Amino acid sequence: MSYLSQAHPEIQRPVSNLLIMASVFGALLLNSLPWEGLWLSLRPDFVAVAMLYWCTHKPLRFGIGMAWAVGILADVSDASLFGQHALSYTVLAFGGVVLSRRIQMFDLREQTTQVFFILLLTYAVYALVHWQVNGQVAWSYLLGCLTSTLLWVPISVLLQSMRQMRVDRE
Amino acid sequence: MDSTQTFQVFNRGPSPGARLVFFAVLSLLLMFVDARFGYLESARSALSVLVSPIQHLATLPGTLWHKTGNFLVAQSSLLETNKALHRQHERDSAQLVQSQALLQENRQLRNLLAMQQRNQFSVQFAEIVYAEIDVFKRKVLINKGGSASIQAGQVVMDDKGIIGQVTRVYPRLSEVTLITEKNHAVPVQVLRSGLRSIAFGAGNTSQLSLRYMPVSADIQKGDVLVTSGIDGLYPPGIPVAVVEKIGRDPAYPFANIICTPTGGVDKHRHLLVLSALPALPERPQAAPVADKPGKEGGN
Repeated sequence: MSYLSQAHPEIQRPVSNLLIMASVFGALLLNSLPWEGLWLSLRPDFVAVAMLYWCTHKPLRFGIGMAWAVGILADVSDASLFGQHALSYTVLAFGGVVLSRRIQMFDLREQTTQVFFILLLTYAVYALVHWQVNGQVAWSYLLGCLTSTLLWVPISVLLQSMRQMRVDRE
Repeated sequence: MDSTQTFQVFNRGPSPGARLVFFAVLSLLLMFVDARFGYLESARSALSVLVSPIQHLATLPGTLWHKTGNFLVAQSSLLETNKALHRQHERDSAQLVQSQALLQENRQLRNLLAMQQRNQFSVQFAEIVYAEIDVFKRKVLINKGGSASIQAGQVVMDDKGIIGQVTRVYPRLSEVTLITEKNHAVPVQVLRSGLRSIAFGAGNTSQLSLRYMPVSADIQKGDVLVTSGIDGLYPPGIPVAVVEKIGRDPAYPFANIICTPTGGVDKHRHLLVLSALPALPERPQAAPVADKPGKEGGN
C-alpha cells in the first residue's frame, strides 16, 4: 500500500503528448464498449477520470480547451446533443485545473474525496442539460459518478506507472 | 512534482475562469443550435469519421466472439436448423401462394372501387453493430448508412414487427430510434376492430402505451396492433404490438393501455430497412410541419 501514501514518489520527467492522447483515446474506447442494462448505468466515465488526471497533474498541457474538444468527440460517439459532454467536461477540466495544486498536496486516498465532488459536478451538469432538454431526471445516471470516483486510484496508479516506464527506458 | 512551472514567467493565455466561460458558452450555443435547428449534422458525420474507428475497435471483441461462435457450431445443430427452416419454408410457401391470390384479388377490388393501390416496398438487410450507447436513449446503430442510400425517416423492422425508425444517417452507419423511445409515436390500428390510435414509447421500459383512448374504447387484452399507414410514414398492416394490460380507471377520462412490441426491439441483431414507400399527396399547410422524423405521425 506504499503507493497510496505517497502521490509523487520522485521527480518525474515530462510526459509525452502521445501518452496523453493514447490514454484519452483508450478511455474513449472503454466508454464505447457495448455496455448494457445495469452495467451501463454503473459504467464509470473513463474519459472523465483520465482527463481529470491530466488536468490535475499537467494543467498546462491538458487544459479546458482540450477537454472541450474531447467532449465534442464523446458527443459524436454517444450520439448525444452536440455540446452536452463538451459542457460537462469543460466544467470537469476547470475543476481539475483550478484545484490541481491542492489535489497534488494530498495522497491518493484523500484525493479521492476531492475528486468525487468534481465528478459529481460534472455528472450533475450533464444530467441538468438532459433534464432541461428531455424533461426527465435520470437518477440512475448519477450512479456512474460513484464508480468513476472509485476508478480514480487505479487510473492514477496506472498512468503514474506508465509515466515512470518512460523514464526507465530513457 | 511539477514545481518547475510555478513561476509566471511566460504568458499562459487567458485565466481558467475566462476559458471556462468561453467554452461553456460555446457548448451552450452548440446545444441550442443542435436542438433547435439541426444544422450540425454534417459536422457530426465528419467527426464520426474520427470516432468510428474507436467504436469499431470497441465492438470488435463482441463481433469476433460472435463469429467464432458461428464457426464452431456443431454439424448436428446445423442440420436441425436446416430441417426446421425447410419445414417452415414449406408452411410459409403454402400461405404465400394464398396471400398472393388475396393480394391480386385485393388489387382488383381496389381498382373497382377506384382506391389508391397499396404499393410494394423493397427492403434492405442491416445488422445492429452498436446498441444503446446512452442510458437515456433507446437507440441502436446499424451497419448501413448514407453510402447504402439509407435516408432518415425510413422504417426498420424485423421478421415479427416494427422496431423503429432511422433518425440520423452517417456515411457508413445509421442511427435507429426504437419505438420504445420516450414519446416516439407510431400510428396504429387495432386489427380486430379497426380502431385507430397512436402508440407511444414509454421510454423507461420496453413497452408502448396508447394514449388518449377513451375508457369505453373497444379494445381488449391480447388485441394485435398493426400500423395504420396514416401519414405515409409507416406502410400499413405491419404488426407493432400486442395489448398487454388495460387499466380503466373511471377517475380519468382516458384508459391506461400498455402494450408489448411484437418485434424483438431489444433482441435481434438482423433487421430490415424498408425503402421506396409510396409518397402520399401533399398535406395542406395548416399545421406546422413536425421537426423531427421520430415525432411525426401524431395525428
